[in-house]
Amino acid sequence: MLKITNLRTSINGKEILKGIDLEVKAGEVHAIMGPNGSGKSTLASVLAGRDIYEVTEGTVEYEGEDLLDLTPEVRARKGIFLGFQYPIEIPGVSMASFLRTAVNEHRKFKALAPLSASDFLKIMREKKEMVEIDSNLTNRSVNEGFSGGEKKKNEIFQMALLEPKLAILDETDSGLDIDALRIVANGVNKLKTAENATIVITHYQRLLDYIVPDFVHVLYNGRIVKTGTKELAFELEERGYDWIKKESDLKLNGEDVKI
Amino acid sequence: MVRTLRFNREIMDTLSTQQYSDLFLKHKDIFLGDEPKFLQEIRIKAAEKLSTQSFPAKKNELYKYTFLEPYFNNGFKKNIIPKPITFDICDMFRCDVPTLDTHLAIVLNGFYYDTKKLLITLPNGIIYGSLAEAIKQYPALVEAHLSKYITTDDSYVTLNSAMARDGVFLYVPKNKSLDKPIQIINILLADEELMVQPRNLFIMEQGSSAKIVICDHTLNDNKYLTNSATEVYVASDANFECFRMQNEHNEAVQVSHTFIHQEAGSNVRTNNVTLHGGVVRNNLYVNLAGEHCENTSLGLFLTDGTQQVDNYTFIDHATPNCNSNQLYKGILDNKSTGSFTGKIMVRKDAQKTMAYQRNSNLLLTSDAHANAKPQLEIYADDVKCTHGATIGQIDENALFYLRSRGISERESRLLLMYAFAFEVIKQIQVEPLQIRIGDLVEKRLRGELSRCNNCAMYCK
Repeated sequence: MLKITNLRTSINGKEILKGIDLEVKAGEVHAIMGPNGSGKSTLASVLAGRDIYEVTEGTVEYEGEDLLDLTPEVRARKGIFLGFQYPIEIPGVSMASFLRTAVNEHRKFKALAPLSASDFLKIMREKKEMVEIDSNLTNRSVNEGFSGGEKKKNEIFQMALLEPKLAILDETDSGLDIDALRIVANGVNKLKTAENATIVITHYQRLLDYIVPDFVHVLYNGRIVKTGTKELAFELEERGYDWIKKESDLKLNGEDVKI
Repeated sequence: MVRTLRFNREIMDTLSTQQYSDLFLKHKDIFLGDEPKFLQEIRIKAAEKLSTQSFPAKKNELYKYTFLEPYFNNGFKKNIIPKPITFDICDMFRCDVPTLDTHLAIVLNGFYYDTKKLLITLPNGIIYGSLAEAIKQYPALVEAHLSKYITTDDSYVTLNSAMARDGVFLYVPKNKSLDKPIQIINILLADEELMVQPRNLFIMEQGSSAKIVICDHTLNDNKYLTNSATEVYVASDANFECFRMQNEHNEAVQVSHTFIHQEAGSNVRTNNVTLHGGVVRNNLYVNLAGEHCENTSLGLFLTDGTQQVDNYTFIDHATPNCNSNQLYKGILDNKSTGSFTGKIMVRKDAQKTMAYQRNSNLLLTSDAHANAKPQLEIYADDVKCTHGATIGQIDENALFYLRSRGISERESRLLLMYAFAFEVIKQIQVEPLQIRIGDLVEKRLRGELSRCNNCAMYCK
């Protein structure tokens, strides 16, 4: 589904991603972990099409197509969804009109007729229940005045409405209490099928208790320096990132050491 | 007998106001002939004053962003008596907001237009219609208020005072309420380049309430210049709300002066949406003359091409315990210019004043230009005044957020622009109008024609 080869990107001349290789197949859940500033959010943004990053090298193939050639909206319509680490507040744009516009843009892309207001409300109700989001939130402006937890739930709610093929969740767990975390994780699990895939970016192993990854990657200094299964996440939780940093720094110096 | 006019010839010869003084003298009989004495006095005083004044120069601080004098020297035709138009305006211009039920008042080229009834008295004693007719039928009522609330020496206002011949009159007696809004449609439709100077007078007696909707339209491609003045007297505990929509073509120049005099406990809301226009300058003077007044002044302007929209406000807190709130927002495209100058004056004794002012501008191109000039003059020490001005672009983060959900860049931009404008639109309290204006603003932002009537004419 997604094949990233030697992806290098920079912002204002500063290189952030220094050669990422990653392959995600349908039905898989990948977790990307790593210390602060390692490039996790940059990777997520680049995949979603944020143009402030310059791709200097490498390719990203999505369902056999050059992803980097597509605008953010076309990527979204083709099934890529980014759950924002910091969802944006947009005063004056109502949740309802925003979501309906988004859903209908997706339908138009699939050559489907736009949803009527009543059909749309029905679907919205169903999905709201799934992610246990407060009904009143959809009467407000996009994310305006939402609590941290509400904003994250709102991301999963949008994901439920848009039914993406590849969901990239950028630290969706940060700032959530245990209950909210469970709700968000349940939402993700319920939406999981054999046809879609999820990339979960997280700092903590905690989320992975709920969303069980097939692969865990450690991103450090713009590179994936280690890949393993969910056991790797436990190890990170226990030992922190220092040993990985050291191992990787030494590896860069040409020494292949295991710590 | 008309007394001799004491014109200051010496100065006059060098002033651009001279042509107007000349015009006044030439048609003295019409301007003064049949008018009651008080009106003659007003006109003579104004004409004399004008002869000593010039139009604001380019460097004039008040008109810094909009230099209007050339437009007043353009030799446009000035109709002192209405010129008959062969169109059936009432039929051609039907407002297509079916749920907007209003009393209609049409002003054609500055003169009240109704072939049957110039002044209407509603069952509860409310009177509306032609100002010229009101002067004839209710001279005492008009005399008590006309030209009483002008708080500026602005020569454009002086010009209007000297030469305005008609406009809309409204009288709402004590404790009476207007059952539905009065909709004033100012139509410009002439077969030549034309200058018009309507004058409106709205009198709100104690405890009365009224809503007014004003629409300014140009119905053909000719060049127009409007220099209009409106005086509103709002007695104690009265409620007055005025929504104005300006929708004129690119060759139209409009200067409007509105004077609002508020007595104790009164509440006034004005909302001015400039959808389209060549050069637009709106002056709003609010005099909070009694305690516990509320005033809300809102404005929205959407410009593109080389349009210029300039809003000037002067909120005079002359008495204690009054609240005023101003919000002016502009969306500026291409090489257009939007300006806002907002003056808040808090007089020495006006303690416990609360005055707020905000002006936000959204620039869509690097060639668009916004001027924001808040001016606070505070002489009392126990007051709360805030002002803020912002000039910015579309928020790239918000844009990306919307696009990342599959919404095209164009639609996303429109959503964000509309959201920006909606803060003003949502405060329109006549609901069908709010929906309608929202719709027009959206169409305007989309670059589609924002006609708001089913007339056969398409404004440029």
